[in-house]
Amino acid sequence: MKPDVVVVGAGLAGLSAAVRLAEAGASVRVLAKGVGSTHLGAGTIDVLGYDAHGGRVDRPLEALGGLPAEHPYGLVGRAGVSAAIEWFKGRVADGPRAPYAYVGDAEQNVLLPTAVGAVAPAGVVPETMAGGDLRGGGRVCVVGFRGLKDFFPALVADNLSRGPDGVTARGVELDLRPEGRADPNALAYARAFDDEGFRADVVAQLVARVAPDELVAFPAVLGLVSPHEVWAEMEHRFGRAVFEIPTLPPSVPGIRVYTTLAQLLTRAGGRVVLNNVITGAERSGDRVRTLRVRVGLREVTYAPEWVVLATGGFSAGGLELDSNWVTHEVALGLPVAGAPAPGSERFGADYFGGQPMDRVGVRTDHEQRPVGEDGGRVVENILVAGATLAGAAPWREKSGDGIALATGLRAAELITGDAAGHVGDVATAGA
Amino acid sequence: MGITDKLSHSQHDHDPPDVLGDLMRGTLDHCVKCTICETFCPVANVTPLFPGPKTVGPQAERFRVRGEESQDHSLDYCSGCGVCTQVCPQGVHIAEINTQARAKLKERDGFSLRDRIIARPPLLGRAGTPAAPLVNKTLASRPLRLLGEKLIGVHHAAAVPTFAGRTFQGWAKKHQSPPAARRVAYFHGCGANWYEPVVGEKTVGLLEAIGCQVDVPRGQSCCGLPLQSNGQFDAARRYVRTMAKRLAPAARAGVDILGTSTSCTLMLKREAREILDLMEDPDLKVVSEHMYDICEYLVMLHDRGELALELQPLPMTVTYHAPCQQQGHGVGKPALELMALIPELTVIENDAVCCGVAGTYGIKVEKYEIAANVGRGLFDQIEGARPDLAVCDSETCRWHIEGSTGVRTVHPLEILHRAAGLSSDAELRAPA
Repeated sequence: MKPDVVVVGAGLAGLSAAVRLAEAGASVRVLAKGVGSTHLGAGTIDVLGYDAHGGRVDRPLEALGGLPAEHPYGLVGRAGVSAAIEWFKGRVADGPRAPYAYVGDAEQNVLLPTAVGAVAPAGVVPETMAGGDLRGGGRVCVVGFRGLKDFFPALVADNLSRGPDGVTARGVELDLRPEGRADPNALAYARAFDDEGFRADVVAQLVARVAPDELVAFPAVLGLVSPHEVWAEMEHRFGRAVFEIPTLPPSVPGIRVYTTLAQLLTRAGGRVVLNNVITGAERSGDRVRTLRVRVGLREVTYAPEWVVLATGGFSAGGLELDSNWVTHEVALGLPVAGAPAPGSERFGADYFGGQPMDRVGVRTDHEQRPVGEDGGRVVENILVAGATLAGAAPWREKSGDGIALATGLRAAELITGDAAGHVGDVATAGA
Repeated sequence: MGITDKLSHSQHDHDPPDVLGDLMRGTLDHCVKCTICETFCPVANVTPLFPGPKTVGPQAERFRVRGEESQDHSLDYCSGCGVCTQVCPQGVHIAEINTQARAKLKERDGFSLRDRIIARPPLLGRAGTPAAPLVNKTLASRPLRLLGEKLIGVHHAAAVPTFAGRTFQGWAKKHQSPPAARRVAYFHGCGANWYEPVVGEKTVGLLEAIGCQVDVPRGQSCCGLPLQSNGQFDAARRYVRTMAKRLAPAARAGVDILGTSTSCTLMLKREAREILDLMEDPDLKVVSEHMYDICEYLVMLHDRGELALELQPLPMTVTYHAPCQQQGHGVGKPALELMALIPELTVIENDAVCCGVAGTYGIKVEKYEIAANVGRGLFDQIEGARPDLAVCDSETCRWHIEGSTGVRTVHPLEILHRAAGLSSDAELRAPA
């Protein structure tokens, strides 16, 4: 009832921390303004896709050593990253979508098509996407649906054909719409794929249009409830590798991640409570005693032993830059590090080329407690995880999932006392 | 400012952007079109008639100059379950904005006789109660229900409640709550008054058993929620202000007000102030500040170590569905926490955001099938669990669930009442 731990934020970092804590026997409540960004991402767990110079990373664990000294991966080290990936794979395999599983590891990236047919490195991926690793080249039939306006098979195929060596692709569009929706999106198609009749229609329309030597790519809509079964059936029917390509939001593989973690949390006795916005905290001594939370028109208080702050970065509203050019950590007003000095440039001219605000966030000590400018710990019982942390540029590095997962889990383990000792920075950790 | 100051700042000194405050309509500017609301919308997922909360909400609202009605009639197919607002990561008040836009639409098109009637439970209650046996028979007669469907548009198969033939108010007038250290007021709502007085009586009984003196403020009528949902805002304001006036003396005396109808407690706690633009209404404001859903309140007492309740083993299996409006309170699922205190009770938590009926939505002839389809997943879960009882906090949901599954469905308070040894198994399992 009265939770020992309040986790703030229902994204990958917050949910992972909450599941880990609840499964260790802690009473946990996740308070969040709304559902996190899992619904928007591709559903892959990417550890590191690009290095500091923008070069594509093939072996992410090895490449961690090249990251800046204050990168959040330094909190967890290579061993922490690997352990987090294995934990995630294990929980998915044991979760409500089983036998749906993730494949791969943090040692080696794969190269998967994106929603527009570019290729990008990915870390640990749903089994339903693994067949899309195009490093070896190949011929691909990209299947789309006339009713699914968020996925254009011709565009994807065209871009793929210009992309990796030895890949030729062509698009095929099926005229099949799920019933019962005005404007079917990826989720509507995924629900349709859970239905045997719809799958039979897909196979019937498609089977004659696929060449014998082509792999078959679908938008990532191969089932919401039973993705493993749907995907396996498709592979069986077509007798070859079938794989999903991520779509624009809503992301069905991302929804699978959210429902998996949320249901694991419920199973372990924890709970996500939405529309709860942290407005402040009262502290006594070096600990926060109560959290003030706005629920509707009312303010309530929580008095947890521990708080895991996983509210995200600027895009999620965990951090903000106000009109006076001052950066804030929104929920608790923790010190924010890495912001450009007053008077200096805030924004660079090249959007994708690195921005002065890139690595802004809450800096912590090695036990994930927030620190002030002098490096001293400012509070004992708040641990920070995920995109709120300073030091990373996740959208350029393609490192957000790995950071969220690994720092979320480590925050949980620091609370339960299961954490390994300080791992040192990534340059030396595991080396 | 040092960190110590920052962490103990006053609320105003560092307040996050106002996303849940009085700038409700302005929240639509926070919409980033992420579609998360549309993935949760139970209605858009089963019917092409409703394109989804983002589409009819933040997207269409930009084309609705304030004060003008919507050009898009699909808005009428929003059930008002509120799930879109709950899941929105940006704090957009999607459901509330849509409820206001729907009211404009209805105002222009006129209110049907059906919507005028079903939105006024007290009218129905006063008409039906004296002749309850006859009215109940009529409501159970298929030919007459088919006629009613033709005449006013209430679907013949929709679950409608049974008139108790007596009122909770009548019982409360004769009931004297013994003096006790803690005073609370009971907001009974229409459901307990006309249809399920037993729920009200058990609530009073249980509260007294845990050391509360229960005041039942006289003259309670309807909170106005059905009127609000049906777009009749002027009438809704009259009802809710009258209700607030009746409850305000208790609130002003510092007495907490507890309700068993979770959608009606939400109406008085938050929705009327936000949606009906009554944010600063003095009576409503003080009532809102003291309003609690019964399970929320009991859990609060338990957390403070003040819930003196001895619970006996209750060896049965129940399912629990947290209704959409209960989730709108933002307090988790207190009914589950209370039922977890009962030895030998097995509770299976349902995984569904809405049962479909959403108050009066699912009884309308043009929406009945949508409501049935929304609820299908929930009904399958309940039937599959073969429970002794189903449990749900909202009366219209209970009637809809019971009508759709055939499983007797009760308020969580009734389970607690039984486990506290205040009623028998037979009383729990038999329809009131």
